[in-house]
Amino acid sequence: MSAGVELDRVTVRFGEFTAVDNATLDIKGGEFFSFLGPSGCGKTTILRTVSGFLEPTHGHVRIGGQDMSGIGPNKRPTALIFQNLALFPLMSVAENITYGLRVRGVDKASRRKKADELLDLIALPGQGDKLVSELSGGQKQRVAIARALAVQPKVLLLDEPLSALDLKLRQHMRSELRSIQQKVGITFIYITHDQGEALTMSDRIAVMSDGVIQQIGDGKAVYDAPTTAFVASFVGENNPFPGIVAQADDNYATVDTAFGRLRGRNPRGAKAGDKAILFVRPESARLGQGETDTTFASTVKNVAFEGNMTHVYLEGIGKKDVTVSVGRRSSMTIPAPHEATPICYDAELGIVLPEGMLARE
Amino acid sequence: MTSKMIMRGMIGFYILLFFGYLFGPLAVMGITAFNTPNYPQAYPFEAFTLDWFVKLWNHRSMMDGLKNSIIIGIGVVAISVPVGLAASIIMSQIYHRARGLYYLVTISPLLTPGVIIGISTVIFWKDVMSVTDLTKGLFYKGIILTILGQASFVSAYCLLIFMARLTRFDRAQEEAALDLGASYPQVFWHILLPYLKPAVVSAVVIGFLSSFENYNTTTFAILADKTLVTVLAGEVRQGTTPALSALAVIIIGISLLGAIGYEIAKRREQTRADRAYRQAQIAERDEVEAIA
Amino acid sequence: MSSRAFVFIIPVIVIAIFWVMAVREAKRRPDPTRKGFFERNGVVLGSVFIALVAFWTLFLVALPYLYMVVESFHPALPPMKRGGPDDVVTIAQYSSFVVNPTIGAVNWLHMSALLFSIIASIAVTALNFAICYPLAYYMAQAGTPQKIRLLMLGLIVPYWVNEILRAFSLRLLLASRGLINQALMGLDITDAPIDFLGNNTGLYVGLSYAYLLVMMFPLYNAIESLDKNQIEAARDLGAPWWRIHRDVVIPYAKPGIASGCTMVFMLSVGSLAAPQFLGGPRTLWFTAVIYDFFFQSFNWPRGAAYAFIMLIVCIALVMAMLRLFKVSLGEAIK
Ligand SMILES: Nc1ncnc2c1ncn2[C@@H]1O[C@H](COP(=O)(O)OP(=O)(O)O)[C@@H](O)[C@H]1O
Ligand SMILES: [Mg+2]
Repeated sequence: MSAGVELDRVTVRFGEFTAVDNATLDIKGGEFFSFLGPSGCGKTTILRTVSGFLEPTHGHVRIGGQDMSGIGPNKRPTALIFQNLALFPLMSVAENITYGLRVRGVDKASRRKKADELLDLIALPGQGDKLVSELSGGQKQRVAIARALAVQPKVLLLDEPLSALDLKLRQHMRSELRSIQQKVGITFIYITHDQGEALTMSDRIAVMSDGVIQQIGDGKAVYDAPTTAFVASFVGENNPFPGIVAQADDNYATVDTAFGRLRGRNPRGAKAGDKAILFVRPESARLGQGETDTTFASTVKNVAFEGNMTHVYLEGIGKKDVTVSVGRRSSMTIPAPHEATPICYDAELGIVLPEGMLARE
Repeated sequence: MTSKMIMRGMIGFYILLFFGYLFGPLAVMGITAFNTPNYPQAYPFEAFTLDWFVKLWNHRSMMDGLKNSIIIGIGVVAISVPVGLAASIIMSQIYHRARGLYYLVTISPLLTPGVIIGISTVIFWKDVMSVTDLTKGLFYKGIILTILGQASFVSAYCLLIFMARLTRFDRAQEEAALDLGASYPQVFWHILLPYLKPAVVSAVVIGFLSSFENYNTTTFAILADKTLVTVLAGEVRQGTTPALSALAVIIIGISLLGAIGYEIAKRREQTRADRAYRQAQIAERDEVEAIA
Repeated sequence: MSSRAFVFIIPVIVIAIFWVMAVREAKRRPDPTRKGFFERNGVVLGSVFIALVAFWTLFLVALPYLYMVVESFHPALPPMKRGGPDDVVTIAQYSSFVVNPTIGAVNWLHMSALLFSIIASIAVTALNFAICYPLAYYMAQAGTPQKIRLLMLGLIVPYWVNEILRAFSLRLLLASRGLINQALMGLDITDAPIDFLGNNTGLYVGLSYAYLLVMMFPLYNAIESLDKNQIEAARDLGAPWWRIHRDVVIPYAKPGIASGCTMVFMLSVGSLAAPQFLGGPRTLWFTAVIYDFFFQSFNWPRGAAYAFIMLIVCIALVMAMLRLFKVSLGEAIK
């Protein structure tokens, strides 16, 4: 059984500091929903507000349509996987997994049965009597998930659960998490600062910055159709060209940038005279001459071959850096360093967004 | 090279001196417990005897004192360990502006001379208990006053012991238990208390020992009763007998046994932890191989 | 009884003030992480915690101290007359410390007892620091973990033997028939036994011996957390060893040193056993004066007044020292 989670104009303040600012969103039951944002942007705060450790300063959290105000964390139909897992070191694996049942007064025999069931689900059969300290990182991870699932929550909250694992294992656990979610069918709310994780696993993503939700959408929307400068610069690589909008219509706008007058799509309806940033992704740009309002001059600085891609780092007018990524199949010849070359792109792959804060590298 | 060796020799010599200072007097006293002369004498060693231990056993008031000391020790531990535990929990939750005063009050018994604790306990409780004749008859007793006086500073020791362990407690565990549906009292009994168990053991041992060997507070609070230490003080004041040395030998013997027991327990725990660590390493390796 | 009843009101007022402040602050600035005390601990457990701590801090600490202070401002009266018309508030007990009421002359005896206790305790504190510092430094910076465990055990075991027996053991060594005099005479260094107890050597040794551990642990803890690389760096710069200690180790370990010295000093001034059993016959330790008021002249108020004087003088001295060496009280009693 799953339940949707609704945030209704939720604001959380610590004293004068606003950690979450007026967040409104509607997560559907059974959805795999991610919050993506740099560290310190308020992701954990949102999760702790949903699980009941924090009361919002303003606004409401509703789970399954029911207002959660005044309901403590131990009374909510959520389960949280902590950033450091927070397994109980003095209990065995099975005791950990069934702790939630123990406090609900379930008898020992049924607890044992449930533990075996869950140990099978997380592929650790027969390991219930081990100590937590005897497990590997990935095994601990799975025990934490089993412990949370044992109480049959309607919503599972995961706070950067993979950040402690090494790279290989992290990628393996992504697919495992996704398959567990599909098996149990409950709502997953997942927090991460790693866009790869968010993009591969989630049905929808909320991108956050400084306590503000910037954009909500599926991975494709967030990547291909960012609605703010922050999202465009945070999700995937992007080349920003700030400037003033020269002319605009409903579909396209041209921006006077340091590289000249350049054109791109205009999803946010920028008007002439607005400050704006044109974004062109490295893989959308090509080395070579195109139309005048989608081409600019540059000089190659260096070239990095990365197997499937080759990244060309260039320097445009005013020493501004630009990156172009060239796919393997491309027939483009890559110039040597210090050679001058024009760069062009298709106008529908450039995107003009209102000026705003960019993600820090 | 040679200067280093001289340095090392000097450090060794210094440590030898230091522990000579620490153990020398006790060793000399130990020898006198087994020597026959009436005056505790280490040299010349006239003849080996165990008579002084028998004398000690037959020393009525010392045995009475011992009994009282044990009762007081148990009473003090029974009060101070729960108080110290509660005080440490309140320390972590108290209103932040009141924390300074709270800390000062709870820690002050450690800085107050024991004499003053003893005096203030007697003066205060004498009047409080004298409110009715019944309470005075029931409670105005040396043993009870001593328990109260000692509990005042032993609780502070316990508080420090619990605080030291609490600062290393991972609050996320508390939250994890809550999140799984535990009530706040359940969190205390299932998570916090088991975590604090080693500190409880330390607090019991240290609390009992410091009660057992306390003199300054006890000598005022004990009134007409006696503890082992006050009896000892009387004996030492009157003169010297090797029976006292015999007592010291017993105490040192028990301490050494305790120390060895502690060491063994520590080693065992270490081996267990090492084994768990090795298993985790193996599991880690297998996991990486399974993915690759 | 009214002045004594006043004692019970003070804590109530203090607690009430903080209560009001807390409630007002919670209203003005709500904190999303904050939970009420009973909400966090449950009503039953929370009440038990509060009851235990209230019993301790009020009935075992604050009230007895305050009560003792109030008592010291009363005359010594037989039980019948307490609370009667003679039971007035007076500073007679304090003035008797300065002017002896029976003979009307300046009370040199008691004042010099206090002075002697304090000076001797300062000397003992300095002595213990000098003895413990090298070993604490060695253990903290150079020892292997096994060696340290062994040394620790060696430090702690002797302290399971109580104060009285330790004083007794020193007496066996230092008495005129004791082992040291036997040795000295056996080696023909002296012909007559040296009176170590009469000349107070026994007292100093006894006090130092009693509180060695109290100095050792704070020193060790403080030096232990000092980064070894800092010392290495100083050594690489060619600093001689004494400068490393003066410029690097001691400034770093200052809070630990302050804490060890404060505790040894306070314990030493307040000690009863060592002066009783190892002091010379003409030596008067201040706690012994207090002891006699209780057990010989049964003048509790005067004993209480003297105890309070001792406490105030000691605390003032410690605070002055801490200020001189620029250590905050919080660091020293951590
Ligand atoms: N209990 C708290 N008191 C004060 N500030 C806090 C508290 N918890 C978090 N913050 C602040 O709120 C901001 C968001 O924190 P958090 O939600 O943990 O970020 P994230 O999980 O995205 O890294 C941070 O700047 C942090 O310093
Ligand atoms: Mg976080």
